[in-house]
Amino acid sequence: MAAFPAQFAALEPYADWALPSEADRYAKRLASSMDELQSFYDAALPLLESQADYLKGVSLDGISEADLNLLRCLQALVTVSFPVEAWHQPYVPDSGAASIDVTVEPRP
Amino acid sequence: MAHFGKPAEGSWTEHFGLSTEPISYGDSISPEFYALEQEAIFKKTWLNVGRVEQLPKAGSFFTKELDAAKTSLLIVKNRDGVIKAFHNMCRHRGNKLAWQDFPNEEIAGFSRQFTCKYHGWRYDLDGKLVFVQQEKEFFDLDKEKLGLAPISVDVWEGFIFVTFNPDPQPLKDYMGKLGAGLEGYPFELMTQKHTYRSEIGSNWKLFIDAFMEFYHAPVLHSQQATDEESRKLQEYGYEALHYDIDGPHAMVSSWGGMSPPKDLGMVKPIERALRSGLFGPWEGPEIGELPEGVNPAKSKTWGIDSFLFFPNFMLLIWKPNWYLTYHYWPTSYNTHIFETSLYFAPPKNALERLQQELAVVTFKEYGLQDANTLEATQTMLQSGAVTEFPLCDQEVMLRHMHTVARDYVEKHKSDSGAVLAGTKGA
Repeated sequence: MAAFPAQFAALEPYADWALPSEADRYAKRLASSMDELQSFYDAALPLLESQADYLKGVSLDGISEADLNLLRCLQALVTVSFPVEAWHQPYVPDSGAASIDVTVEPRP
Repeated sequence: MAHFGKPAEGSWTEHFGLSTEPISYGDSISPEFYALEQEAIFKKTWLNVGRVEQLPKAGSFFTKELDAAKTSLLIVKNRDGVIKAFHNMCRHRGNKLAWQDFPNEEIAGFSRQFTCKYHGWRYDLDGKLVFVQQEKEFFDLDKEKLGLAPISVDVWEGFIFVTFNPDPQPLKDYMGKLGAGLEGYPFELMTQKHTYRSEIGSNWKLFIDAFMEFYHAPVLHSQQATDEESRKLQEYGYEALHYDIDGPHAMVSSWGGMSPPKDLGMVKPIERALRSGLFGPWEGPEIGELPEGVNPAKSKTWGIDSFLFFPNFMLLIWKPNWYLTYHYWPTSYNTHIFETSLYFAPPKNALERLQQELAVVTFKEYGLQDANTLEATQTMLQSGAVTEFPLCDQEVMLRHMHTVARDYVEKHKSDSGAVLAGTKGA
Protein backbone atom coordinates (compact mmCIF):
# COMPACT_ATOMS: atom_id res chain seq x y z
CA MET A 1 0.00 0.00 0.00
CA ALA A 2 1.29 3.45 -0.92
CA ALA A 3 2.46 5.54 2.03
CA PHE A 4 1.78 8.91 0.36
CA PRO A 5 -0.84 10.62 -1.83
CA ALA A 6 -0.41 9.63 -5.52
CA GLN A 7 1.39 12.78 -6.71
CA PHE A 8 4.09 12.16 -4.09
CA ALA A 9 4.90 8.63 -5.32
CA ALA A 10 8.54 9.66 -5.81
CA LEU A 11 8.85 9.72 -2.00
CA GLU A 12 7.96 6.01 -1.63
CA PRO A 13 11.63 4.88 -1.34
CA TYR A 14 12.03 7.41 1.51
CA ALA A 15 8.94 6.40 3.51
CA ASP A 16 11.17 5.56 6.49
CA TRP A 17 11.73 9.32 6.92
CA ALA A 18 8.06 9.77 7.89
CA LEU A 19 8.87 9.91 11.62
CA PRO A 20 6.56 11.35 14.28
CA SER A 21 8.92 13.57 16.29
CA GLU A 22 11.69 16.08 15.69
CA ALA A 23 14.01 14.00 17.88
CA ASP A 24 13.49 10.92 15.65
CA ARG A 25 14.08 12.94 12.47
CA TYR A 26 17.24 14.54 13.86
CA ALA A 27 18.60 11.17 15.06
CA LYS A 28 18.04 9.66 11.60
CA ARG A 29 19.84 12.60 10.01
CA LEU A 30 22.89 12.09 12.26
CA ALA A 31 22.88 8.36 11.47
CA SER A 32 22.79 8.92 7.69
CA SER A 33 25.57 9.48 5.17
CA MET A 34 25.67 12.67 3.09
CA ASP A 35 24.82 10.57 -0.01
CA GLU A 36 21.68 9.31 1.70
CA LEU A 37 20.68 12.80 2.83
CA GLN A 38 21.32 14.24 -0.63
CA SER A 39 19.29 11.54 -2.34
CA PHE A 40 16.28 12.11 -0.07
CA TYR A 41 16.60 15.90 -0.44
CA ASP A 42 16.81 15.65 -4.24
CA ALA A 43 13.62 13.59 -4.35
CA ALA A 44 11.64 15.67 -1.84
CA LEU A 45 12.52 19.31 -2.50
CA PRO A 46 11.05 19.47 -6.05
CA LEU A 47 7.78 18.03 -4.70
CA LEU A 48 7.66 20.65 -1.97
CA GLU A 49 8.29 23.35 -4.57
CA SER A 50 5.62 22.12 -6.99
CA GLN A 51 2.94 20.97 -4.53
CA ALA A 52 2.58 23.94 -2.19
CA ASP A 53 -1.06 24.37 -3.23
CA TYR A 54 -1.82 20.76 -2.35
CA LEU A 55 -0.27 21.23 1.11
CA LYS A 56 -2.30 24.41 1.61
CA GLY A 57 -5.43 22.31 1.11
CA VAL A 58 -4.48 19.77 3.80
CA SER A 59 -6.14 20.60 7.12
CA LEU A 60 -4.43 19.24 10.24
CA ASP A 61 -7.78 18.38 11.83
CA GLY A 62 -8.69 14.85 10.85
CA ILE A 63 -5.61 14.54 8.60
CA SER A 64 -5.56 11.28 6.60
CA GLU A 65 -2.83 8.71 7.15
CA ALA A 66 -1.28 9.38 3.73
CA ASP A 67 -1.21 13.13 4.33
CA LEU A 68 0.22 12.63 7.80
CA ASN A 69 3.02 10.49 6.35
CA LEU A 70 3.62 13.20 3.76
CA LEU A 71 3.74 15.95 6.38
CA ARG A 72 6.19 13.96 8.51
CA CYS A 73 8.36 13.20 5.51
CA LEU A 74 8.48 16.89 4.56
CA GLN A 75 9.26 17.83 8.16
CA ALA A 76 12.22 15.48 7.77
CA LEU A 77 13.14 17.34 4.57
CA VAL A 78 13.38 20.51 6.67
CA THR A 79 15.71 18.69 9.09
CA VAL A 80 17.83 17.34 6.23
CA SER A 81 18.03 20.66 4.36
CA PHE A 82 20.65 22.00 6.79
CA PRO A 83 23.34 19.38 6.12
CA VAL A 84 22.64 19.55 2.39
CA GLU A 85 22.31 23.31 1.92
CA ALA A 86 24.59 24.69 4.64
CA TRP A 87 26.84 22.29 6.56
CA HIS A 88 27.97 19.69 3.97
CA GLN A 89 27.99 17.21 6.83
CA PRO A 90 25.18 15.59 8.88
CA TYR A 91 25.92 17.40 12.16
CA VAL A 92 26.15 21.12 12.92
CA PRO A 93 29.79 22.27 12.63
CA ASP A 94 31.45 23.29 15.89
CA SER A 95 28.52 21.95 17.90
CA GLY A 96 30.71 19.35 19.65
CA ALA A 97 28.96 17.67 22.57
CA ALA A 98 26.17 20.27 22.76
CA SER A 99 22.62 18.96 22.43
CA ILE A 100 19.27 20.73 22.36
CA ASP A 101 16.33 18.41 22.87
CA VAL A 102 12.66 18.90 22.16
CA THR A 103 10.43 18.58 25.24
CA VAL A 104 7.14 19.93 23.86
CA GLU A 105 6.06 19.70 20.22
CA PRO A 106 2.74 19.77 18.45
CA ARG A 107 1.80 16.55 16.66
CA PRO A 108 1.34 16.67 13.78
CA MET B 1 30.46 53.32 8.82
CA ALA B 2 27.31 54.20 10.74
CA HIS B 3 24.09 52.84 9.25
CA PHE B 4 21.71 53.85 12.01
CA GLY B 5 21.57 56.84 14.33
CA LYS B 6 22.96 56.88 17.86
CA PRO B 7 21.99 59.01 20.88
CA ALA B 8 23.45 62.54 21.31
CA GLU B 9 26.11 61.24 23.73
CA GLY B 10 27.72 59.45 20.77
CA SER B 11 27.11 55.92 22.05
CA TRP B 12 24.31 53.84 23.57
CA THR B 13 26.63 52.82 26.41
CA GLU B 14 27.28 56.44 27.50
CA HIS B 15 23.65 57.35 26.84
CA PHE B 16 22.59 54.86 29.53
CA GLY B 17 25.24 56.15 31.93
CA LEU B 18 27.30 52.97 31.81
CA SER B 19 31.09 52.77 32.03
CA THR B 20 32.98 52.14 28.78
CA GLU B 21 35.84 50.38 30.61
CA PRO B 22 36.64 46.70 30.00
CA ILE B 23 34.60 44.34 32.19
CA SER B 24 35.56 41.48 34.46
CA TYR B 25 33.88 38.08 34.24
CA GLY B 26 34.55 37.41 37.92
CA ASP B 27 30.76 37.17 38.32
CA SER B 28 30.64 34.09 36.07
CA ILE B 29 33.45 31.85 37.30
CA SER B 30 32.99 31.68 41.05
CA PRO B 31 30.92 29.32 43.24
CA GLU B 32 30.89 32.03 45.94
CA PHE B 33 29.38 34.60 43.58
CA TYR B 34 26.72 32.11 42.47
CA ALA B 35 25.79 31.43 46.10
CA LEU B 36 25.30 35.18 46.56
CA GLU B 37 23.25 35.42 43.35
CA GLN B 38 20.89 32.73 44.64
CA GLU B 39 20.06 34.89 47.66
CA ALA B 40 20.36 38.35 46.11
CA ILE B 41 18.72 37.72 42.74
CA PHE B 42 16.80 34.46 42.45
CA LYS B 43 15.17 34.72 45.89
CA LYS B 44 14.34 38.41 45.46
CA THR B 45 13.10 39.09 41.90
CA TRP B 46 10.01 37.90 40.03
CA LEU B 47 10.75 34.74 37.99
CA ASN B 48 8.70 33.64 34.98
CA VAL B 49 7.89 29.93 35.31
CA GLY B 50 5.33 29.41 32.56
CA ARG B 51 2.21 30.52 30.69
CA VAL B 52 -1.47 30.40 31.66
CA GLU B 53 -2.13 28.01 28.73
CA GLN B 54 -0.24 25.34 30.72
CA LEU B 55 -3.07 25.42 33.29
CA PRO B 56 -6.24 25.11 31.22
CA LYS B 57 -8.66 24.07 34.00
CA ALA B 58 -9.12 23.61 37.75
CA GLY B 59 -6.67 20.94 38.89
CA SER B 60 -4.16 21.54 36.08
CA PHE B 61 -0.65 21.72 37.51
CA PHE B 62 3.03 21.67 36.66
CA THR B 63 6.21 21.48 38.72
CA LYS B 64 9.28 23.63 38.32
CA GLU B 65 12.74 22.66 39.53
CA LEU B 66 14.55 25.78 40.73
CA ASP B 67 18.10 25.05 41.82
CA ALA B 68 18.69 28.79 41.70
CA ALA B 69 16.32 29.18 44.64
CA LYS B 70 17.18 25.75 46.08
CA THR B 71 13.64 24.40 45.77
CA SER B 72 11.01 22.75 43.60
CA LEU B 73 7.64 24.43 43.01
CA LEU B 74 4.13 23.11 42.46
CA ILE B 75 2.03 25.51 40.39
CA VAL B 76 -1.67 24.72 40.23
CA LYS B 77 -5.03 26.20 39.23
CA ASN B 78 -7.58 25.93 42.06
CA ARG B 79 -11.37 25.46 41.84
CA ASP B 80 -11.91 29.22 41.59
CA GLY B 81 -9.58 29.43 38.58
CA VAL B 82 -6.86 31.17 40.62
CA ILE B 83 -3.23 30.14 40.09
CA LYS B 84 -1.37 29.13 43.26
CA ALA B 85 2.29 28.29 43.83
CA PHE B 86 3.72 26.18 46.65
CA HIS B 87 6.98 24.63 47.64
CA ASN B 88 6.64 21.08 46.28
CA MET B 89 7.15 19.54 49.69
CA CYS B 90 5.04 17.46 52.10
CA ARG B 91 4.60 19.07 55.52
CA HIS B 92 5.06 15.74 57.32
CA ARG B 93 8.74 14.90 56.80
CA GLY B 94 9.69 16.98 53.79
CA ASN B 95 9.30 14.48 50.98
CA LYS B 96 8.91 15.96 47.52
CA LEU B 97 5.17 15.92 46.85
CA ALA B 98 4.50 15.85 43.08
CA TRP B 99 6.88 13.82 40.91
CA GLN B 100 6.87 10.68 38.80
CA ASP B 101 9.57 8.05 38.33
CA PHE B 102 12.45 10.53 38.70
CA PRO B 103 12.23 13.01 41.60
CA ASN B 104 14.29 15.65 39.77
CA GLU B 105 12.25 15.67 36.58
CA GLU B 106 9.52 18.23 36.07
CA ILE B 107 6.00 16.93 35.52
CA ALA B 108 2.67 18.40 34.41
CA GLY B 109 -0.88 17.09 34.48
CA PHE B 110 -4.26 17.21 36.13
CA SER B 111 -5.15 16.23 39.69
CA ARG B 112 -7.99 16.81 42.16
CA GLN B 113 -5.57 16.61 45.06
CA PHE B 114 -1.91 15.81 45.74
CA THR B 115 -0.98 12.70 47.70
CA CYS B 116 2.47 12.24 49.18
CA LYS B 117 4.06 9.00 47.99
CA TYR B 118 5.66 8.45 51.40
CA HIS B 119 2.82 8.27 53.99
CA GLY B 120 -0.20 9.27 51.95
CA TRP B 121 -0.83 12.78 53.34
CA ARG B 122 -3.18 14.59 50.98
CA TYR B 123 -3.48 18.27 50.00
CA ASP B 124 -6.23 20.00 48.02
CA LEU B 125 -5.78 22.48 45.16
CA ASP B 126 -5.41 25.33 47.67
CA GLY B 127 -2.56 23.53 49.39
CA LYS B 128 -4.74 22.69 52.41
CA LEU B 129 -3.89 19.47 54.25
CA VAL B 130 -7.06 17.34 53.99
CA PHE B 131 -5.97 13.84 55.03
CA VAL B 132 -3.42 12.40 57.44
CA GLN B 133 -2.81 8.66 57.57
CA GLN B 134 -3.50 7.39 61.13
CA GLU B 135 -4.13 10.93 62.28
CA LYS B 136 -4.87 9.78 65.84
CA GLU B 137 -1.26 8.60 66.27
CA PHE B 138 -0.04 12.22 66.13
CA PHE B 139 0.24 14.65 69.00
CA ASP B 140 -1.88 17.83 68.91
CA LEU B 141 -1.83 17.84 65.11
CA ASP B 142 -3.51 20.96 63.69
CA LYS B 143 -4.17 20.29 60.00
CA GLU B 144 -5.09 23.95 59.49
CA LYS B 145 -1.48 24.92 60.17
CA LEU B 146 0.05 22.25 57.95
CA GLY B 147 -0.91 23.38 54.47
CA LEU B 148 1.70 23.48 51.70
CA ALA B 149 4.11 26.40 52.07
CA PRO B 150 2.89 29.05 49.60
CA ILE B 151 4.92 31.53 47.60
CA SER B 152 3.75 34.67 45.81
CA VAL B 153 2.45 34.23 42.28
CA ASP B 154 1.14 36.76 39.78
CA VAL B 155 0.37 36.88 36.08
CA TRP B 156 1.50 39.46 33.50
CA GLU B 157 0.04 39.17 29.98
CA GLY B 158 -0.54 35.46 30.52
CA PHE B 159 3.00 34.82 31.81
CA ILE B 160 3.04 33.21 35.27
CA PHE B 161 5.63 34.66 37.65
CA VAL B 162 6.64 33.64 41.17
CA THR B 163 8.80 35.31 43.76
CA PHE B 164 10.33 34.17 47.05
CA ASN B 165 10.56 37.77 48.21
CA PRO B 166 8.33 38.05 51.31
CA ASP B 167 7.62 41.70 50.48
CA PRO B 168 7.62 41.86 46.69
CA GLN B 169 7.13 44.86 44.47
CA PRO B 170 3.87 44.42 42.44
CA LEU B 171 4.69 42.41 39.30
CA LYS B 172 3.32 45.09 36.97
CA ASP B 173 5.64 47.65 38.57
CA TYR B 174 8.56 45.24 38.36
CA MET B 175 8.00 44.81 34.60
CA GLY B 176 8.37 48.59 34.30
CA LYS B 177 8.24 50.68 31.16
CA LEU B 178 9.45 47.89 28.87
CA GLY B 179 6.75 45.52 30.15
CA ALA B 180 4.06 48.20 29.85
CA GLY B 181 5.04 48.79 26.22
CA LEU B 182 4.24 45.14 25.37
CA GLU B 183 0.84 45.01 27.05
CA GLY B 184 -1.91 44.09 24.59
CA TYR B 185 0.31 41.94 22.35
CA PRO B 186 -1.89 38.92 21.46
CA PHE B 187 0.27 36.30 23.20
CA GLU B 188 -2.93 34.33 23.93
CA LEU B 189 -3.53 33.72 20.21
CA MET B 190 -0.16 32.02 19.75
CA THR B 191 -0.80 28.64 21.29
CA GLN B 192 1.16 26.39 18.91
CA LYS B 193 4.16 25.74 21.14
CA HIS B 194 7.51 24.03 20.60
CA THR B 195 9.89 23.77 23.58
CA TYR B 196 13.57 22.83 23.60
CA ARG B 197 15.81 22.18 26.58
CA SER B 198 19.55 21.95 26.88
CA GLU B 199 22.06 21.44 29.67
CA ILE B 200 24.78 24.01 29.09
CA GLY B 201 28.29 23.96 30.55
CA SER B 202 28.48 27.66 31.26
CA ASN B 203 27.40 30.27 33.74
CA TRP B 204 23.79 31.34 33.09
CA LYS B 205 24.78 34.91 32.28
CA LEU B 206 27.09 33.89 29.45
CA PHE B 207 24.22 32.50 27.37
CA ILE B 208 22.22 35.66 28.01
CA ASP B 209 25.25 37.55 26.70
CA ALA B 210 25.07 35.53 23.49
CA PHE B 211 21.44 36.42 22.87
CA MET B 212 21.67 40.08 23.85
CA GLU B 213 23.95 41.06 21.01
CA PHE B 214 23.82 40.35 17.30
CA TYR B 215 27.44 41.44 16.79
CA HIS B 216 28.32 37.71 16.63
CA ALA B 217 25.67 36.72 14.08
CA PRO B 218 27.44 37.53 10.78
CA VAL B 219 30.52 35.58 11.98
CA LEU B 220 29.45 32.58 14.09
CA HIS B 221 26.45 31.81 11.89
CA SER B 222 28.01 32.76 8.54
CA GLN B 223 27.40 29.35 6.95
CA GLN B 224 23.67 29.62 7.50
CA ALA B 225 23.39 32.23 4.75
CA THR B 226 24.32 31.73 1.11
CA ASP B 227 28.04 32.47 0.45
CA GLU B 228 27.48 35.82 -1.22
CA GLU B 229 24.98 36.98 1.37
CA SER B 230 27.31 35.88 4.17
CA ARG B 231 30.20 37.94 2.73
CA LYS B 232 27.96 41.02 2.51
CA LEU B 233 26.76 40.58 6.08
CA GLN B 234 30.31 40.35 7.43
CA GLU B 235 31.43 43.49 5.55
CA TYR B 236 28.37 45.35 6.72
CA GLY B 237 28.79 44.28 10.34
CA TYR B 238 25.95 44.72 12.78
CA GLU B 239 24.23 47.75 14.26
CA ALA B 240 20.94 47.70 16.13
CA LEU B 241 18.04 50.02 15.36
CA HIS B 242 17.48 50.90 18.99
CA TYR B 243 18.33 49.98 22.57
CA ASP B 244 16.42 50.75 25.73
CA ILE B 245 17.06 50.15 29.42
CA ASP B 246 14.61 50.54 32.29
CA GLY B 247 15.63 49.51 35.79
CA PRO B 248 17.13 46.01 35.64
CA HIS B 249 15.53 45.25 32.25
CA ALA B 250 16.75 46.00 28.72
CA MET B 251 15.79 45.57 25.08
CA VAL B 252 17.36 45.67 21.64
CA SER B 253 15.44 46.31 18.46
CA SER B 254 16.91 44.94 15.27
CA TRP B 255 16.47 45.02 11.52
CA GLY B 256 16.45 41.86 9.43
CA GLY B 257 14.30 38.96 8.45
CA MET B 258 13.84 39.83 4.80
CA SER B 259 10.22 38.74 4.67
CA PRO B 260 10.11 38.28 1.78
CA PRO B 261 13.70 38.99 0.69
CA LYS B 262 14.26 41.49 -2.12
CA ASP B 263 16.27 38.92 -4.05
CA LEU B 264 15.24 35.26 -3.72
CA GLY B 265 18.84 34.26 -4.56
CA MET B 266 19.81 35.54 -1.10
CA VAL B 267 18.14 32.65 0.69
CA LYS B 268 18.50 28.87 0.71
CA PRO B 269 16.28 26.65 -1.50
CA ILE B 270 14.25 25.29 1.45
CA GLU B 271 13.51 28.88 2.52
CA ARG B 272 12.41 29.79 -1.02
CA ALA B 273 10.22 26.68 -1.24
CA LEU B 274 8.54 27.27 2.12
CA ARG B 275 8.67 31.09 2.21
CA SER B 276 10.00 30.88 5.76
CA GLY B 277 13.28 30.89 7.69
CA LEU B 278 14.93 31.97 10.93
CA PHE B 279 12.57 34.93 11.24
CA GLY B 280 9.55 32.69 10.68
CA PRO B 281 7.01 32.44 7.87
CA TRP B 282 7.39 35.42 5.52
CA GLU B 283 3.65 35.98 5.55
CA GLY B 284 2.57 35.76 9.20
CA PRO B 285 -0.98 35.90 10.54
CA GLU B 286 -2.88 39.20 10.74
CA ILE B 287 -2.94 40.40 14.35
CA GLY B 288 -3.77 44.09 14.02
CA GLU B 289 -1.74 46.98 15.34
CA LEU B 290 1.27 46.19 17.51
CA PRO B 291 1.65 47.73 20.97
CA GLU B 292 3.72 50.91 21.25
CA GLY B 293 6.75 49.16 22.81
CA VAL B 294 7.29 46.91 19.78
CA ASN B 295 9.62 48.31 17.09
CA PRO B 296 10.27 51.43 19.21
CA ALA B 297 12.26 53.15 16.44
CA LYS B 298 9.26 52.59 14.12
CA SER B 299 11.70 51.45 11.47
CA LYS B 300 10.52 50.03 8.13
CA THR B 301 13.41 47.55 8.22
CA TRP B 302 12.42 46.26 11.70
CA GLY B 303 12.66 42.47 12.12
CA ILE B 304 12.84 41.52 15.81
CA ASP B 305 12.79 42.92 19.34
CA SER B 306 14.60 41.08 22.14
CA PHE B 307 13.67 41.94 25.72
CA LEU B 308 15.52 40.76 28.81
CA PHE B 309 13.35 40.87 31.91
CA PHE B 310 15.92 40.45 34.64
CA PRO B 311 17.16 38.09 35.74
CA ASN B 312 16.60 35.24 33.28
CA PHE B 313 13.53 35.72 31.07
CA MET B 314 13.96 36.81 27.46
CA LEU B 315 11.03 37.57 25.19
CA LEU B 316 11.54 37.91 21.44
CA ILE B 317 8.87 39.46 19.24
CA TRP B 318 9.32 38.71 15.52
CA LYS B 319 7.97 40.82 12.69
CA PRO B 320 5.99 37.94 11.07
CA ASN B 321 3.80 37.82 14.21
CA TRP B 322 5.08 35.07 16.44
CA TYR B 323 7.13 35.08 19.63
CA LEU B 324 9.80 33.13 21.44
CA THR B 325 10.99 32.89 25.04
CA TYR B 326 14.38 31.99 26.48
CA HIS B 327 14.94 30.98 30.10
CA TYR B 328 18.32 30.36 31.72
CA TRP B 329 18.04 28.34 34.96
CA PRO B 330 21.37 28.09 36.78
CA THR B 331 22.27 24.73 38.33
CA SER B 332 25.75 25.75 39.53
CA TYR B 333 28.22 28.57 38.90
CA ASN B 334 29.28 26.99 35.59
CA THR B 335 26.20 25.05 34.44
CA HIS B 336 22.63 25.94 33.61
CA ILE B 337 19.52 24.65 31.88
CA PHE B 338 18.55 26.60 28.82
CA GLU B 339 14.93 26.47 27.68
CA THR B 340 13.43 27.92 24.52
CA SER B 341 9.77 27.99 23.59
CA LEU B 342 8.56 29.11 20.17
CA TYR B 343 4.91 30.18 19.96
CA PHE B 344 2.92 30.51 16.74
CA ALA B 345 -0.69 31.01 15.80
CA PRO B 346 -2.06 27.47 15.20
CA PRO B 347 -1.29 26.49 11.58
CA LYS B 348 -4.33 26.36 9.32
CA ASN B 349 -2.89 23.70 7.00
CA ALA B 350 0.08 21.40 6.33
CA LEU B 351 2.04 24.12 4.50
CA GLU B 352 1.82 26.52 7.46
CA ARG B 353 2.88 23.68 9.77
CA LEU B 354 6.00 23.16 7.61
CA GLN B 355 6.75 26.89 7.51
CA GLN B 356 6.74 26.90 11.32
CA GLU B 357 8.86 23.73 11.40
CA LEU B 358 11.56 25.52 9.39
CA ALA B 359 11.69 28.41 11.89
CA VAL B 360 11.85 25.94 14.80
CA VAL B 361 14.57 23.76 13.29
CA THR B 362 16.58 26.83 12.24
CA PHE B 363 16.53 28.03 15.86
CA LYS B 364 17.94 24.65 16.92
CA GLU B 365 20.75 24.72 14.34
CA TYR B 366 21.81 28.20 15.49
CA GLY B 367 21.38 27.30 19.14
CA LEU B 368 23.70 24.30 18.85
CA GLN B 369 26.48 26.57 17.57
CA ASP B 370 25.84 29.12 20.31
CA ALA B 371 25.72 26.47 23.06
CA ASN B 372 29.01 24.86 22.17
CA THR B 373 30.81 28.20 21.89
CA LEU B 374 29.72 28.97 25.45
CA GLU B 375 31.25 25.87 26.99
CA ALA B 376 34.55 26.88 25.41
CA THR B 377 34.17 30.44 26.72
CA GLN B 378 33.48 29.22 30.27
CA THR B 379 36.58 27.00 30.28
CA MET B 380 38.83 29.82 29.13
CA LEU B 381 37.36 32.38 31.55
CA GLN B 382 37.97 29.91 34.37
CA SER B 383 41.63 29.69 33.38
CA GLY B 384 42.00 33.20 34.80
CA ALA B 385 44.67 33.87 32.17
CA VAL B 386 42.94 37.12 31.19
CA THR B 387 40.73 39.10 33.56
CA GLU B 388 39.57 42.16 31.61
CA PHE B 389 37.46 42.12 28.47
CA PRO B 390 36.54 45.03 26.17
CA LEU B 391 32.87 45.31 25.19
CA CYS B 392 31.69 47.36 22.21
CA ASP B 393 28.66 49.63 21.98
CA GLN B 394 26.59 46.83 20.35
CA GLU B 395 27.18 44.84 23.57
CA VAL B 396 25.57 47.48 25.78
CA MET B 397 22.78 45.15 26.98
CA LEU B 398 25.15 42.57 28.36
CA ARG B 399 27.32 45.21 29.98
CA HIS B 400 24.16 46.45 31.69
CA MET B 401 23.01 42.94 32.74
CA HIS B 402 26.36 42.09 34.39
CA THR B 403 26.31 45.48 36.11
CA VAL B 404 22.80 44.83 37.45
CA ALA B 405 23.75 41.35 38.70
CA ARG B 406 26.79 42.75 40.54
CA ASP B 407 24.69 45.61 41.98
CA TYR B 408 22.05 43.17 43.33
CA VAL B 409 24.80 41.12 44.97
CA GLU B 410 26.50 44.20 46.43
CA LYS B 411 23.19 45.49 47.83
CA HIS B 412 22.44 42.07 49.33
CA LYS B 413 25.89 41.99 50.93
CA SER B 414 25.51 45.44 52.46
CA ASP B 415 21.91 44.72 53.60
CA SER B 416 22.83 41.42 55.25
CA GLY B 417 25.99 43.04 56.66
CA ALA B 418 23.76 45.71 58.21
CA VAL B 419 21.43 43.07 59.66
CA LEU B 420 24.40 41.20 61.08
CA ALA B 421 25.85 44.38 62.60
CA GLY B 422 22.38 45.21 64.02
CA THR B 423 22.14 41.75 65.63
CA LYS B 424 25.56 42.14 67.21
CA GLY B 425 24.71 45.61 68.54
CA ALA B 426 21.45 44.39 70.11
